[in-house]
This record gives sequence, structure tokens and C-alpha cells, in this order.
Amino acid sequence: MWSKVLYIDLETGEHHTRDRSDLFDKYLGGTGVATQLLLEECPAGIDALSPENPIIFSIGPLTTIYPCASKVVSMFKSPMTGELGESHAGGRLAMAMRFAGYDSIVIKGRAAKPSYLSIHDNEVKIKDATSIWNVSSVEVTGKILREVEPGKGRRSIMRIGKAGVNQVRYANVNVDTYRHFGRLGLGAVFGSKNLKAIVISGTEEVELPDMSAYKNMYGKLYKEVVDTEVMDKYHDLGTAANINVLNQLKGLPTKNLKQSHFENAESISGEYFADNLLLRKIACSNCPIGCIHIAMLKTPFQKGHEFEVSHISYDYELIYSLGTNLGITMGEDVLRLIDRCEKHGLDVMSTGGVLAWATEMYERDLITPTDTLGISLRWGDTDNFLKMIDRIVEMPNKFYQALAKGTAVAAAEYGGEEFAINLGGLEIAGYHTGPASIVGQIVGVRHSHLDNGGYSIDQKASSQQLNEEQMVDKLIYEDYWRMINNSLVCCLFARGVYGEQNMVDALESVGIKKTREELEAMGREIFLAKYAFKKREGFDVEKVSVPKRFFETVSQLGMVQEETLEQMLELYRKKTGI
Amino acid sequence: MPAKIKVANPNRCIGCFSCMLACSRANSDSVSLIDSAIDIRTSGGIESGIGIIVCRSCIDPPCARACPKGALTPRNGGGVVLDKDLCDSCMVCADACLPRAIHFDRADMPVICIHCGICAKFCSHDVLEIRKTEVL
Repeated sequence: MWSKVLYIDLETGEHHTRDRSDLFDKYLGGTGVATQLLLEECPAGIDALSPENPIIFSIGPLTTIYPCASKVVSMFKSPMTGELGESHAGGRLAMAMRFAGYDSIVIKGRAAKPSYLSIHDNEVKIKDATSIWNVSSVEVTGKILREVEPGKGRRSIMRIGKAGVNQVRYANVNVDTYRHFGRLGLGAVFGSKNLKAIVISGTEEVELPDMSAYKNMYGKLYKEVVDTEVMDKYHDLGTAANINVLNQLKGLPTKNLKQSHFENAESISGEYFADNLLLRKIACSNCPIGCIHIAMLKTPFQKGHEFEVSHISYDYELIYSLGTNLGITMGEDVLRLIDRCEKHGLDVMSTGGVLAWATEMYERDLITPTDTLGISLRWGDTDNFLKMIDRIVEMPNKFYQALAKGTAVAAAEYGGEEFAINLGGLEIAGYHTGPASIVGQIVGVRHSHLDNGGYSIDQKASSQQLNEEQMVDKLIYEDYWRMINNSLVCCLFARGVYGEQNMVDALESVGIKKTREELEAMGREIFLAKYAFKKREGFDVEKVSVPKRFFETVSQLGMVQEETLEQMLELYRKKTGI
Repeated sequence: MPAKIKVANPNRCIGCFSCMLACSRANSDSVSLIDSAIDIRTSGGIESGIGIIVCRSCIDPPCARACPKGALTPRNGGGVVLDKDLCDSCMVCADACLPRAIHFDRADMPVICIHCGICAKFCSHDVLEIRKTEVL
């Protein structure tokens, strides 16, 4: 039904569309189709920052059609890990792509000069971005483009900051100010292509085969999203609620995972943020929940009640990575650090991991003030961390150049690998809950906690006494089924609503007949296609080294044993065939 | 008693567009923004405010007065009723409405609010309300 792919070549300036129902019929959309496009478009073994690396965006058959089908999948070869790059973003982008009429967008080549893409319905233009290439703030870039581009009020604007321009390997792509393609370095790929921004809007009217079936299904899903408890946690405190919860359970990585609880958690908790800093909540297009929590940071800059005011979106992972992980004791200071990363367009989770590793290196005298250019690194020292963030983006010496490549690369060069907290080359998410979380991030196609929710399986293991095999089975179930969620593309926060049956029914109501069994098989097929790409690019799950630190710090499920991990990884390999 | 739509709590809006999608779904049998009578838009990005534009259900509607073809007639309880057969898409009505509550679909037909209240039903934050109004 929807299968239009827009191909853009930044090198030649050409663009065209193609009907790819061959792919959409087979893989629905989103991550399923994007994986196939990546396999088609990305030559084997290329440098992720070379013009050959494609950037792919995909929406799915439920995008904008049903509530919370509000995300876009991006895919590329990752400059962080050298293998599968995949990151998802909300904001208004999914809706803008739907109404512009493009189910996927493929961008290839490198523009000769700094450029941005302007896509409004059928009008696709590559425009000059020289004058905004070095604008130092992601927010200001958005403001400038808003003045000169059509589609006012409901368009989507993606853009990179200085981190992307300078190709910091974990630079992100900002989407509509408060959302991001955060992980695995899409911002650096934009930078390598001389691509500063993409503006997209559209006015299409979408018709469905059976409006009455559609309206009924919409009502049912809307009710489950809004009127049941399934999504409650996302609209009250939001994901930040996890700080106090995980702290209590000893599952909260703190000070480079030297600890799994934080003595000052209370003053950076979701409760503290909501009571003292929360300004308002907003939503991605087509999501009635509104989980985007915006804080207001008011900083006096001179006498006479002169204040600088920033609005900053926060979430659990951000508070962990720039908060507990760096020993920051006040919510306001966490916001200052998030704000600085946002301005430059840096992935907050990787930045926090890099800073935590560097701080421990400094603490152990493994790096010196000569390396840091005079900055003393101490847990909780916000001002010095702010300076570090600026220098990571500027890369003034060899040490900062290494930091700009991520924890794993920096540790390979400077040492401290036993406490370089990464799995598969990516800084971890904020969970030290037990073996399922670690295994989950190693085997997960994008090394994300969201690939299979390993942290939640650890929590179930604690209450239901699961053995290793049962944990592995649950990981595999999530790994496969989330491929379907991500092909539709529904927000994973709404996965409680989009269970197996609702997915089957929702698809049927828009004219796509797939049985539960067919979807399950498709999930596995998409998963294996991603592994085909990962292996082709050199990823070998057996070669992932787990830093010793993971076994030295108590987790929610007690000390994690190396043998347990090995056993689970072996089972996982056997059962999935990877 | 006829009803009319009212923006009761504008500052509660989260910008999800569920109301617009509901309007198009119910009244135009489409999934779209352009077919929606209610109009949500930001100015200055989502970091600035969210504008909510609805038909103000004027008792003496200037859009109807402006229409040279008599395609818009005052509705009982406020607002207007459109006769599509009479409309020639001259768009004069849109300019007559200061809040700019009239816009056009892809066929250049004006999209006119019928005050059915479906937008309020799909507003999760009580921004919109449907209120009973006096019959004149």
C-alpha cells in the first residue's frame, strides 16, 4: 500500500522515487525495510565516514495511522562500532514523512559544499548551508531554517551541531529540538556528507481500504493508550522515575560503574526533577501520552536578577549518564551538562560514558593534566566536565581526539580497558541489573537496552526465579518481536499496547493480512538479516570483551559471574543461529 | 440544543495532533492534517507555544458575509454551513476570518467546522471542550 522510496544523491544532486513494494510487502516498513535497503546500498567494508555510507530513514504501515506509531528508524554503518548503525527518533518527523508521501528516504554521496535538504511534498532540493555550517548551537540552526523554509507549524527539522560537523563519532542528529537520532553516530555521518540539516513537510491525504474497520480499531487502541494503566509511568514522572527505583535495587551504574547505587540519588531523581524543575510535557506527533519532559533551568549571570533561561528535555538515561555516572549531586547540574551536549549535538549516553572513564583514568594517574590540557577531573565537578565536553568537540590534542572516538577506542590507546564501560563498542545504558542486561546489550542488534529489554528480564528473574535458559528465551522473544514493533513503526514505550494480537489486528484493519506466526517468522528473518550485515562488517559476538568491572560491582541480582554470561551467550548463539 | 467547540485550556496542549487526525478521520474519511477543521500549529518550533485555531462560531459570521456565492450560511447556534455545490474556491472567506479558522483541502475546498466535538473526544489533556449553545 505504501512503498515509495525517495533516493537522493548528494554528489550528483539528483533525486528520484521508486516503488519498492517488493520490500514493503515482505518486511512491512521501518526497521525491516531499512535493513534491506542498507544491505543493498552499503558496500562491504567501507569507512563509515566515506561518501559510500548511505543514510536511510523509514516509517511503517501504521505510522501516523494509529496512536504512538510515531517513530522513524534511521540506518547507516556506524562510525562508533563499524557495524550496524540504527537509531530511532520521534518528534514530528514520522508524521512529516507520512504526509510528504515517503515511506523511506535513502541519501547517498557527499555534497561538494555544506548543504541541507529541503523536502516538501514532491519538491526536493539540495540547498547551500555554508552560512549555517558553523553555527555553534543546534537550537539556533533550527531557528534560522524555520524562517526560510515552508511548512510552518507542522514540519520536521533535523540538524547536526558542531559535534556532527567535526565528526565526533557519537555525534547525534537533533530532531525538532527535543528528540534525537541519538546513538551510534548518525550525526558524524551527516557531517561526513557535508549535510547540515533536513527539513521535511507534506500535505498528503491518506485513504484506507476500510474506514469503518479503521475507526473502530483506532478507538480501541486510543483507549488502551490513554485510559488504561499500560503507559502510566511515561506520563507521570517519565522514565526518570527509574533513578530512585534502580538505586534502591542496586542496579544504577554510578561513577563509572564502581558502584551500583548512588548516595545522592534523591536530589537528581525523577521526583526531584518533577517537583523542582519540570516546566511542561509535550508529545511526539500522533502520541496522546506526551512523555517528553521539559525542565526549565534558570541560571543567574549577573546581579540585578538577570537570568539565563534554558528549556531542556530530560530522561532517565541522560540523568544516569551525566548524573550518577559522573557523581553529580544536583539535578540543576545534570541539566547544565545535558544542555551543553544538546548545544553541540552529542549523544549524551556516550558522552557520559567517555567522561566517566576519563575521570577514573585521571583518578588512577593513568592520564595527566598534559593530556587533559590542565583540567582536573573529579567526580561531581560540573564545571570541569563542561570544559571537557567543549574540548571533545574541538579535539585540540591527541587525547581529546581519542575521546571523540568513544570509550573503547580511547581505552585501546590509553589503557584502562578493564573499566572502559562499553559493550560491543558502545557505552552502556543505565542498568546494572544482572546478566540478562549485559547479554542483551552484547547480542542486541544495535547494542541497545531497547533491543530486548534485558534489564527487565533481570527484574523478572529476580521475582520469578528464572534460570539462564529461561532468560535467554525471553531475550530472543523480545529480539524477534521488537523487530515487528520497529517495522510498524510503533514507539517502544507503547509496546504494552502493541502486543501480538493488537499488531495483527491493526495491520488487518489497514489491509495487511499477516498471522501471528507469519509476524514471528518475519521478526526472526529481519533479525538475521541484520546479523548478516553485522557479520559482513566484522562483528563477532564471540569476540566481544566484557570489561572486568561488570563482574566486580554488585548488581541487582548479586555479583554477575563470568561463567553465567558465557553460558547464556552460548545458549543464545545456538538458539538463534547467529 | 446545538453545540460548539471551545478551547477551554489552551496551555494544556502537548502538541500531539490527535484532535486534527480525529477530525479528518471522522469528517473526511482520511488520515490527514489538511482535511481537519481544527488547526494546531507551532510558531517558532515546539519550544515556543502551540497555537490552537478553531471556528469561533460567530453568530453573525464574517466569512458568510464575505462569500460572493452564498456558499456559506449562518448555522443555528453559531458558525457556518457550507454548500459545496455553490463554492468556487475563491478563498475570500478565509481572509474574512481573523483567527484564520478556514483553510483549504487539496481540492481547494474550504474545510468548515461542523462543531461535532470529535476533536474534544480525542483530546487527552482536556484542551478542548464541546459546549451546548442557545438556539436563536
